[in-house]
Amino acid sequence: MTNTPRLTALDAVHRALGATMTDFAGWDMPLRYGSERDEHNAVRTKAGLFDLSHMGEITVTGPEAVKVLDYALVGNIGTIGVGRARYTMICQEDGGILDDLIVYRLGETEYMVVANASNAQVVLDAVTERAAGFDAEVRDDRDAYALIAVQGPESPGIVKSLTDADLDNLKYYAGLPGTVAGVPALIARTGYTGEDGFELFIKPEHAVELWEALTKAGEAAGLVPAGLSCRDTLRLEAGMPLYGHELTTSLTPFDAGLGRVVKFEKEGDFVGRAALEAAAERAATNPPRKLVGLIAEGRRVPRAGFSVVAGGEVVGEVTSGAPSPTLGKPIAIAYVDAAHAEAGTSGVGVDIRGTHEAYEVVALPFYKRQK
Amino acid sequence: MSNPQQLRYSKEHEWLSAAEDGVATIGITEFAANALGDVVYAQLPEVGSTVTAGEECGELESTKSVSDLYSPVSGEVTEINEDVVSDPSLVNSAPFEGGWLFKVRVTDEPADLLSADEYTQLAG
Repeated sequence: MTNTPRLTALDAVHRALGATMTDFAGWDMPLRYGSERDEHNAVRTKAGLFDLSHMGEITVTGPEAVKVLDYALVGNIGTIGVGRARYTMICQEDGGILDDLIVYRLGETEYMVVANASNAQVVLDAVTERAAGFDAEVRDDRDAYALIAVQGPESPGIVKSLTDADLDNLKYYAGLPGTVAGVPALIARTGYTGEDGFELFIKPEHAVELWEALTKAGEAAGLVPAGLSCRDTLRLEAGMPLYGHELTTSLTPFDAGLGRVVKFEKEGDFVGRAALEAAAERAATNPPRKLVGLIAEGRRVPRAGFSVVAGGEVVGEVTSGAPSPTLGKPIAIAYVDAAHAEAGTSGVGVDIRGTHEAYEVVALPFYKRQK
Repeated sequence: MSNPQQLRYSKEHEWLSAAEDGVATIGITEFAANALGDVVYAQLPEVGSTVTAGEECGELESTKSVSDLYSPVSGEVTEINEDVVSDPSLVNSAPFEGGWLFKVRVTDEPADLLSADEYTQLAG
């Protein structure tokens, strides 16, 4: 990896908007354009426009593409219909999580795997290695796409005004090829905010044109550019895990409370199967720590790495924490010993720089949109 | 952004007003407020407590981080901004005015406080 940050196709647009930029997984990305709380609230109540071009796209094609993915990933890729998408994970042989992914089935024998920016190379290498011996091609398409997301309750109207694609019949976790503002795009109804929304995979040379068209189309509805800072608080409120925080190579999907993504019933072997069967057994009989939500009674904010305490003992660790704009209180996701993980457990606190601040244990998510 | 000429500044991005009856008002600069992002919680020193120039005396929490608050001068805290305690976003919206943090009866001040122009050069 070089030290020079990578720039997305929208870099000049962000700078013209006065964005505060941040290094994220080697990319120079917009952290916020103005107030991150205002951006967060806009996505919850109106709409936000995100540049997510740092995400890592990997295309798998060929007669045995599905076999490659069923072997390389923990999900049942064979059951994804054309035009649909699935949240899944890629694990190590020992069951540890390498990344969480979305797999889109673009055609009969064509799949696009979208990895986190920080893991894109690891995922590419692992899928490439695991594809050996199969009749399929694994292609690094990280530079082939820019990714623009429109998220929030006003997003369907905004995107609809720029496309003839049948968005009414585009379900959550589905994607179809189409044209948005004259730009060819894969239109996916996916997101990481807890709101309805779209992710538009396009050629980088069309990114500025599409961004500007969306900005204009969304103006009346209150669409604002939104940075990674609010993306993090949005996903946190929605209880969605973030790799490097809730998900790491030292945890299996079962440890993270996401065992449902592992499909033992699928045909054939897959990387991590034996270790994950043991992890499933352990989670069912003698669960280690559980992933829970914490809501502050006070105003000091828990951060990743802070200890969760009860009765003077450390009983867990915060993996993500932030002031929640929607709840108006600090919130956190934490791994907590099973004995203290039930919602409503009293006497649980977070050690915030030496002071034990009281926290309420709740089930995730903190926020669920009204449908 | 412009840093008011009549204030003096610390390298830790605090500003300090000229003392009136020996009492100076202290806040953080617009540069610092922008760098923090939305301030959501301000823990200010207690009225009556003594603060020491260059030492931490409180903290400011923002969405992404927590930052220690330093006092640019030494002295006794005579007042804190209760408006900021109840609405920390004042630090972002009016860092040099309604977002002031606390007042100190100054007993000592370091020699290296900066003028507005010197601070502007430092903070860019």
